[in-house]
Amino acid sequence: MTPTESAAPAEALIRLRDVHKIYHRDKIEIPVLTGLSMDVKGGEFLALMGPSGSGKSTLLNLIAGIDTPSRGDVWVAGASLGALKPGKLAAWRARNVGFIFQLYNLIPVLTAYQNVELPLLLTRLNGAERKKRVHLALELVGLQDRDHHFPHQLSGGQEQRVAIARAIVGDPTLLVADEPTGDLDAKNAEEILTLLQRLNREMGKTIVMVTHDPHAAERAHATLHLEKGVLIEQQGAVR
Amino acid sequence: MKYLGYITAHLWRHKRRTFLTVSSIAIALFLFCTLRTVMTSFDAALRASADTRLVVRHAASLVFPLPFSYRDRLAQIDGVTGVSYGNWFGGIYQDPKNNFAQFAVDVPTFVKLFPEVEMPPDQVSAWLAERTSCVVGATLAAKYGWKLGDAIPIQGTIYPGEYRFTVRGIYKGKTADVDENTLFFHWDYLNEAMPAVRKDWVGIYWLEIPNGDMAADVSGRVDALYANSSQPTKTETEKAFQASFISMMGNVSLLMTILGSAILFAILLVTINTMMMAARERTTEIAVLKTIGFSDDLVLRLVGAEAILVSVTGGILGCVAAWLIFQRVDFTAGGMFPNFTVMPQTVGLGIVLAIAMGLVSGLVPALQAGRLRIATALRKVA
Repeated sequence: MTPTESAAPAEALIRLRDVHKIYHRDKIEIPVLTGLSMDVKGGEFLALMGPSGSGKSTLLNLIAGIDTPSRGDVWVAGASLGALKPGKLAAWRARNVGFIFQLYNLIPVLTAYQNVELPLLLTRLNGAERKKRVHLALELVGLQDRDHHFPHQLSGGQEQRVAIARAIVGDPTLLVADEPTGDLDAKNAEEILTLLQRLNREMGKTIVMVTHDPHAAERAHATLHLEKGVLIEQQGAVR
Repeated sequence: MKYLGYITAHLWRHKRRTFLTVSSIAIALFLFCTLRTVMTSFDAALRASADTRLVVRHAASLVFPLPFSYRDRLAQIDGVTGVSYGNWFGGIYQDPKNNFAQFAVDVPTFVKLFPEVEMPPDQVSAWLAERTSCVVGATLAAKYGWKLGDAIPIQGTIYPGEYRFTVRGIYKGKTADVDENTLFFHWDYLNEAMPAVRKDWVGIYWLEIPNGDMAADVSGRVDALYANSSQPTKTETEKAFQASFISMMGNVSLLMTILGSAILFAILLVTINTMMMAARERTTEIAVLKTIGFSDDLVLRLVGAEAILVSVTGGILGCVAAWLIFQRVDFTAGGMFPNFTVMPQTVGLGIVLAIAMGLVSGLVPALQAGRLRIATALRKVA
């Protein structure tokens, strides 16, 4: 455990303290998050809601370590993300975070198998071990028979399930999902939410999900509402 | 190696674009190898030149012959141990496209002065014995399927009329630099066929000297001897003669260098543009890779590797094509390049250039990909 990691509080998987995020467009400052603090315990399934431009995705990006706060501290899975250099942060993401995008973002020239294998290429696993893990992940999302299909040969729901398999194949502590059902029909959306719930309940994954859909948010243990970069309402178990 | 599948998969994304890029690099490297081989074939001619042979020609130009009567006087000059002579024939075999060099030479002295032209002794004897006989280089014989005893009709151009030669020898060069694309026949046969006004004229004399250090002295003596005659001479080493022959075509080296560089530079710009376009199209994918945990450095190397792979594939195709084509097609440009062979060093240099082109063309997109900020890239798409 590094000194940075030792500074992280033990009880919360995610801890944000007085986090500010300001974007700059030309010389204009655009504050997106203003003094946000929150804790999320390990094993939680948290929904983030709020109108467009409220800072949901920005908050998600900060938690996932793909963006840095303008001010304040973000601790996730024992690491102070602001203290990590880009290379270390990338390695940290590979170990700890699985990201699920609204538009799936699969690599179109790679098969489902190859897409899911991508995070494992960063590990020391050999080909046989990677194969085993990829098949396990695809089986978990119910697509073991689609491993050689390219994204354009899959339905939207199937693509999102491949994206989920890619997110979980490295066995990360945290799954972050940015409107994972936003581009799906109701039936597929239900299936994806059920899958996320299973991953949370059966595999103990901590999930932070941004959504506009109140029905999707109902699947979470707790819901945080953001407006203009400020946390205005909390429902459920999140402190 | 585990990333190879990822890299190659992207090359198949736009098959036509990849094909065109690889092809343009292949053509550029093919041209590079061709131009480079022009230079190396000139070098081969220079390497094949002996230090202990001098060439005597008319001071004004190679076009003007020297009197046959010079032979005996040249043989008496201090430092000269042997004299041979010959004329460029410039005939046509069957079709004007069948270009190869033909020389009328004084056979008894020629075989002594040119030991690098190797033949079995019985073939040398047969050549010496028969006035209408000739010898041909092994490459030339293979090209036209000639064998010993075959009759070869050559239509004279400088020396009008049809001349028939019987192949009595097939020579090989002692080293790879020796031209094996020439036909040599008896000077006497040519001289006797000439009308009186054209008899007893020699294109060039070759003088044998004991060692190369004497070249300047002997040359000076020869040229001084004929300085005030109606046919003054210019004497130089065989190497200098070859070099001046090449320089008649202008500064070939500079021309080839400029042409080669311009072609490579133009293709490099096209490749840079293609690689930048390919990387720009994949901004979201690169952001996704980084989200997954691919470091900036790894992404930079993957994008760079893709450019190098494209470039090296094109380079190998172009260089190997040049090597194969010029090995099979007997390209001599009318005897100007008797040894037009793409050397392994040329192929090697071509592939090194292809790698360099890959590095340069991949540098900008690789750096852009490496520096790409995930959140910014994803926000642009969302």
